[in-house]
Amino acid sequence: MNAASANSTLRHIRYVATENPVTLAAFALFTGFVLLALFGPWIAPYDPLASNTAQSLKPPSAQHWFGTDSLGRDILSRIIVAARLDFGIAVSAVAASFAIGAALGSLAGFYGGWADRIIGRIADTIMAFPLFVLAMGIVAALGNTVFNIILATAIINLPFYIRVARAEVNVRRNAGYVEAARLAGNSDLRTLAVHVFPNVLPPMMVQISLNMGWAILNAAGLSFIGLGVRPPQAEWGIMVAEGATYIISGEWWIALFPGAVLMLAVFTFNLLGDGLRDIMDPRTRT
Amino acid sequence: MSLLEIRDLSLEFRTRSGTVHALEHIDLAVDRGETVGIVGESGSGKSVLSYAAMRILDPAARITRGAINFAGLDVLAASEHDMQQLRGREMAMIFQSPRTALNPIRRAGRQIEDVLRVHTTTLRAALKEKAIEALARVRIPDPERRYSAYPFELSGGQCQRVMIALALACNPQLLIADEPTTGLDVTTQAAIMELVRDLARARSMATILITHDLALASEYCDRIVVMHAGHVVEEAPTATLFRRPRHPYTAQLIASTPTPEKTIASLSSIPGNLPDLRRTDLPSCRFLARCERSLASCGTQPLPSVSLAAAHRVHCFHPL
Amino acid sequence: MKPVLECVEVKKHFAVGRRSRLHAVDDVSFDIAAGESVGLVGESGCGKSTLVRLVTRMLDPSAGDILYRGRNIGFIPARSFAGTQFRPKIQMVFQDPSDSLNPRYTAFEAIAEPLSRLAGVQEAKELRLQVEEAARRVGLPEELLPRYPHQLSGGQKARVGIARAIVLMPDLLVLDEPTAALDVSVQATILKLLAQLKRELGMSYLFVSHDLNVVRMLCDRVIVMYLGRIVEQGPAQQVFDAPAHPYTRALINAIPAVGGRPEAREVLAGEPRSPIDPDPRVCRFFGRCPRQVDRCRQEEPVLREVKPGHWAACHFA
Repeated sequence: MNAASANSTLRHIRYVATENPVTLAAFALFTGFVLLALFGPWIAPYDPLASNTAQSLKPPSAQHWFGTDSLGRDILSRIIVAARLDFGIAVSAVAASFAIGAALGSLAGFYGGWADRIIGRIADTIMAFPLFVLAMGIVAALGNTVFNIILATAIINLPFYIRVARAEVNVRRNAGYVEAARLAGNSDLRTLAVHVFPNVLPPMMVQISLNMGWAILNAAGLSFIGLGVRPPQAEWGIMVAEGATYIISGEWWIALFPGAVLMLAVFTFNLLGDGLRDIMDPRTRT
Repeated sequence: MSLLEIRDLSLEFRTRSGTVHALEHIDLAVDRGETVGIVGESGSGKSVLSYAAMRILDPAARITRGAINFAGLDVLAASEHDMQQLRGREMAMIFQSPRTALNPIRRAGRQIEDVLRVHTTTLRAALKEKAIEALARVRIPDPERRYSAYPFELSGGQCQRVMIALALACNPQLLIADEPTTGLDVTTQAAIMELVRDLARARSMATILITHDLALASEYCDRIVVMHAGHVVEEAPTATLFRRPRHPYTAQLIASTPTPEKTIASLSSIPGNLPDLRRTDLPSCRFLARCERSLASCGTQPLPSVSLAAAHRVHCFHPL
Repeated sequence: MKPVLECVEVKKHFAVGRRSRLHAVDDVSFDIAAGESVGLVGESGCGKSTLVRLVTRMLDPSAGDILYRGRNIGFIPARSFAGTQFRPKIQMVFQDPSDSLNPRYTAFEAIAEPLSRLAGVQEAKELRLQVEEAARRVGLPEELLPRYPHQLSGGQKARVGIARAIVLMPDLLVLDEPTAALDVSVQATILKLLAQLKRELGMSYLFVSHDLNVVRMLCDRVIVMYLGRIVEQGPAQQVFDAPAHPYTRALINAIPAVGGRPEAREVLAGEPRSPIDPDPRVCRFFGRCPRQVDRCRQEEPVLREVKPGHWAACHFA
């Protein structure tokens, strides 16, 4: 991008951010979470794994802002450190899903015919299962590890990207500049990769952001039911699970704070998706 | 009194990149039964003017001065309810791209029935028959079958006929045709324009034809209004306009329109571009930058309205 | 000197359902000599878009031969044509400049791409030289080269499209309604540019347009298509002054004339025949023709030379 265009993009971003305060808030929160994920272990006031039974089940106080859990571990510290794991899982899963799904979907949308039929069948097969149950099944079958959570989340998200990529490529397949690209000497595959796909990326960026929220929720959900992340690792889902049993006996903070942060993270990504769409959509540009 | 009278209308759009001064000091009058052509290039404001007359402007539009009068009713002050009574019944509009202007998931006949149901007292039992009659009046072949057709099953020309049937279902006094044949084949265009002309004559209906095609306007309009960058620059009876255009822009427009007699060399082109209507320092005459006859006063003095002959007016300091 | 382009009985049929075929292009034969400008006119459904894609080798013919300077290029599958030596020789200018420029490519990149892909120009300095030369030829100011399509006006985008098409000095330039999306004042400038380029570079043109006045101005010869067939072809001036086929007559008749027309025009009634499995014995124009008789329904007229160089497919021509 040359200087003039970069300038106008920045101006546009600034415009979108200021026009819609919610978008600005979303960006700020997102930045906060990213920082948390990057620097978590150094920010956390306590060692997230250090148990201190003397301090167990203490409500929120000046020393422990979010209270402590059944093993006396500081909940705030665990939440901060869990950001890295949750984000890491979500980003890896979404990246894998996107890379493979977008490639498959683009081929299906561009070439049609057999490619479309086969790739369509793959997507249909995955979608035939209730997706969360499929994720559970994959993790249960392959073993309780973080890698398998990532794998399962990536697989169940594939049809989503395949469909979006296929639709976006299909719309642009007959555009004038695609024909012009062929006239300029590009092979079909090169036309797809160099001309069509970069134009498909902006709408896909929005989908990715929305998908991230879902991926975090998915990972947390799997951990909640005991698949994937194992104690004593700190992860928002598993923390909610650990705290669920204590709600009845009145220790509400153990489940509430991880749950609230989880909700905030998903919410942030959804808002971010809207904001990104405003930025990316050339129609909202001057 | 004229059927439609627009006096000193100025209109602007608030956008994120500034205020677009879309129309300025527009005067337009359309009498009953006459066909007026509004000719201009893209950005001239011709469509916006017609939307203003029907009050279907974008919410970002702001009318800063002027008045619009339709059959005695003050359009700008009227309530939305009154306007809804007018639209479709007394004044109707047909658009460019007929296939997209029709509801794609509703059959053609049903769409005509919708208009009849809202604006007339036709009995439910008689609706289908009246709809088929309306289709027959617009010379659609095999109207019974077309009654049940969806827009995607019809050709561009047929869709436009359906839209005309919709517009004329309640016998409006004024029909606004906004680029009705752009995108249609030239033989279809001829058929559609002949149809509109015949129907207008039969009902003494006034027509406003908005088009960028000067030749088309010259064939079907009694009077032509030429617009440029939000201004009316000239208006005259058709024959007069072509025989002796008085505004430099009109003359250039005529000179750059291909005709059977012209060669590439004799084809003229208009230098420069439309001025950016968001500028706050626009000259009084917006054609100034592209005009060879400009004088010092063209940029600073308010544009005059020079009456040259009966019904021939030009807004220029230095007319030809 | 062999013609730049020859089409010999070219057919393109599309399958519709299991048994039917849509005859988009049916037995079309014509040629274009070096430096000649041939207009292609016809209305929607006549097959000119399909023919254009066959000629530019974006589509494969169902039958017939397409020859470039005597070499058969019809046999080369469209998929592999981009890699052949012929690709730079036949180029195209598109109708809608907004649609035919990649929104993420600057004007410079759009014009440079054919150079780097087909002419093997990789060195930045050489690329810049040739792109600027092409921009100069089409009257595109150099300072506009770094701009993106959304930062350019309609006329400027049209120039970029033309620059991109001529940068490799093709022998045949196919122009698909190049001025249809432009205002009339801009159109005149672009038409003059096209006339000038033809003179300077000696290219042949296949100029597709619905605007017969423009075709008359710019073309030496004209081909009129209807429902997949050529119904008339000949010297442009002659075809327009003395059309031999009723459809051509109707087409010319339908053009609005500046200054108006005193008498009401005769409009074509009826619907076009279906291009799907057309009856080979019936004239394609039967049903709308003002002159039709029984013979027209029993024997399809063939293209005959009615005057030297002027052909028409009508029993009455």
